[in-house]
Amino acid sequence: MSGNGLKRLKEVEEKVLAGERLSAEDGLTLFQVTNLPHLAFLADTVRRRKRPEREVTYVIGRIINYTNVCWVKCTFCAFYRLPGHQEGYVLSREEIFQKIEELVDHGGTEVLFQGGLNPALKIDYYEDTFRAIKERFPVDIHGLSPAELIYLAKISHLSLRDTLRRLQAAGMGSIPGGGAEILVEEVRQTISPLKDTVEEWLDCMRTAHHVGLPSSATMMFGSVETAEQRVEHFLRLRSLQDETRMFTAFVAWNFQPEGTELNGKRASAFDYLRTMAVARLMLDNFANIQASWLTQGPKVAQIALDYGVSDLGSTIFEERVVSAGGAKFMASREDIERVIRDAGYIPRVRNTRYEILA
Amino acid sequence: MKREGRVEALVARAGLADLYGKVLKGERLSYKDGLRLYETPDLTAVGALANHVRERLNGSTTYYVRNLHINYTNICNKLCKFCSFYAKPGDPRGYVLSTDDIVARLEEHRHQVIREIHMVAGINPKLPYEYYLDMLRTVRAARPDAHIKAFTMIELAQIARVAKKPLADVLEDLKDAGLACCPGGGAEVFSDRVHEELFRAKLDNEGWFDVTRDVHRAGLKSNATMLYGHIETVEEKVKHLLHIRDLQDETKGFQCFVPLAFDPARTELEHIPVTTGQQNLREIAIARLLLDNFPHIKAFWIMITPQVAQLALWYGADDIDGTVNHYEITHALGTTSHCQVLGHEELLDLVNEVGRIPVERDALYNVMVAV
Repeated sequence: MSGNGLKRLKEVEEKVLAGERLSAEDGLTLFQVTNLPHLAFLADTVRRRKRPEREVTYVIGRIINYTNVCWVKCTFCAFYRLPGHQEGYVLSREEIFQKIEELVDHGGTEVLFQGGLNPALKIDYYEDTFRAIKERFPVDIHGLSPAELIYLAKISHLSLRDTLRRLQAAGMGSIPGGGAEILVEEVRQTISPLKDTVEEWLDCMRTAHHVGLPSSATMMFGSVETAEQRVEHFLRLRSLQDETRMFTAFVAWNFQPEGTELNGKRASAFDYLRTMAVARLMLDNFANIQASWLTQGPKVAQIALDYGVSDLGSTIFEERVVSAGGAKFMASREDIERVIRDAGYIPRVRNTRYEILA
Repeated sequence: MKREGRVEALVARAGLADLYGKVLKGERLSYKDGLRLYETPDLTAVGALANHVRERLNGSTTYYVRNLHINYTNICNKLCKFCSFYAKPGDPRGYVLSTDDIVARLEEHRHQVIREIHMVAGINPKLPYEYYLDMLRTVRAARPDAHIKAFTMIELAQIARVAKKPLADVLEDLKDAGLACCPGGGAEVFSDRVHEELFRAKLDNEGWFDVTRDVHRAGLKSNATMLYGHIETVEEKVKHLLHIRDLQDETKGFQCFVPLAFDPARTELEHIPVTTGQQNLREIAIARLLLDNFPHIKAFWIMITPQVAQLALWYGADDIDGTVNHYEITHALGTTSHCQVLGHEELLDLVNEVGRIPVERDALYNVMVAV
């Protein structure tokens, strides 16, 4: 960093130590830092305020990618198959139950239900499926992401609010914040032009929070966006969180280039840690920053614990979406606990609402 | 808040203020200090201390080499439990590269810049003295522009045995045939307990020191290593590092220290989990702090992944090894491929991205000017 940059960094550091809110410019200054122990120190200072004990939470859960049929054609995605494609699938109810049974046998509590935008599946499919799951299993349904919800409302001729209410009544307890990508219109136009807009994504979250469904917030970085646009993304999430206080955690993953139209380079471990640290510093009203074991692997996810991360997300039995783009890391309870302990932290099992279970 | 203030806050929070004082004054750290560095949960504080020393000794410079590995035989009679590379004598998987094979291998890389050819292998009792000398002469003739870095201490002991000559004389022959320096592999952990349990047939710890002394006395530089992440204890690791530090005080012949992360895949110790990312960084940081008389600490990306090696440049490492090519002894972590190459551009990107300055070196740490 230049002399001027160091002077700016010192100002940002003073604000962090004083617990003051950081500006967009502060965020950009932090994205210039290459001194890793320095970034870790700053991010960890905030993490300690949020969680004084050296605790790291995780949930015993599994992802159910119920369908890969999708018409949105995001250029960063290697998972989808267009309607009519012979490799398209929708899981049967028996397949879904079997997966959940396995989860419950492992002491699991969270079912992350996520898939493509499949024109054949209307609201009654979800209502029936969720009810059937809740009748049989004591699990939290961490349901559909905003893109799925917005589309579902549309093809079911319902308002988004009514869609959310009906899903909630059927047993959906919270929403994963997937598909946020980068909340800057210019970036979305390049990487997912057919998907919901920035305003639609934020409105969906706002509405969900208003009907009483908490959600996480995500970011997919390392495709075409600039540091300014990453910072803008943080600010959009922070301001909605000021309004609703219903975001449970922030999680970022880097673009997985293999097999996608967008192609390009995979973001480095350095870029990942830096992004997590800046997220921890900018998102002062988020209780949790979550690492992405699936995309980073256990080594880097563990190192991220020193960079503001206080949650390791879910155990991973299987996953199909980002795995199609080259990510390949599974995570058992034993793996997660060992990695947390090895780094001198204390593992805690949580549920989807971030209540500590064990 | 001053820049120094931040590190002070960090080390105070971790309970390492006194060690920071010692580091600032350039005072030598003790055995007890070493144990504390392993026991301190806050890795960032340990890393910041190590980074302080790294920057004092090497600034932002990060050394790398364009190199090529040749593992001339996998036949070995030492049967070390942590090894997935060896084939016992008589095993059909066994191979020995002939000088023709080696020429062919070098030919594949004819158009590449190569500064260092790294040759290590198993202890194959069938190989005569002339084999080693021919191999060196062949490589030197084919690539006079590259340094030959060859033979771990146990291989040297074996070569002297088949030569039926004192090691000092053997080293002169090897130098005449083209040997430029020696790697540091095979040190494992200097503990009689670990030696007995994992590598009983191999040169013992005192033997390793004796051979190293002869090597340094012959004017050859070498590296030192430590294999961690198996059954060793923290105490054994600190003792290992201090042994090496003592020997360096005596000979000044070591260039670089390389912590080697044990990869349990396909070994007799497969039940042991793979080392973690924080462990990889911590070993590098502690080596940097304890080995105050070593000019360089290496992040060997083959064993800790290129991702973690990049981060290590802020935790004490100032050398990221190189492009490698064809390393047979272990697989790049999590892969089954022997085609383990990091492209030159990719390597430069990794270093530049974290604000470090890549500097190309040869096997003796001479700085190379751009080609």
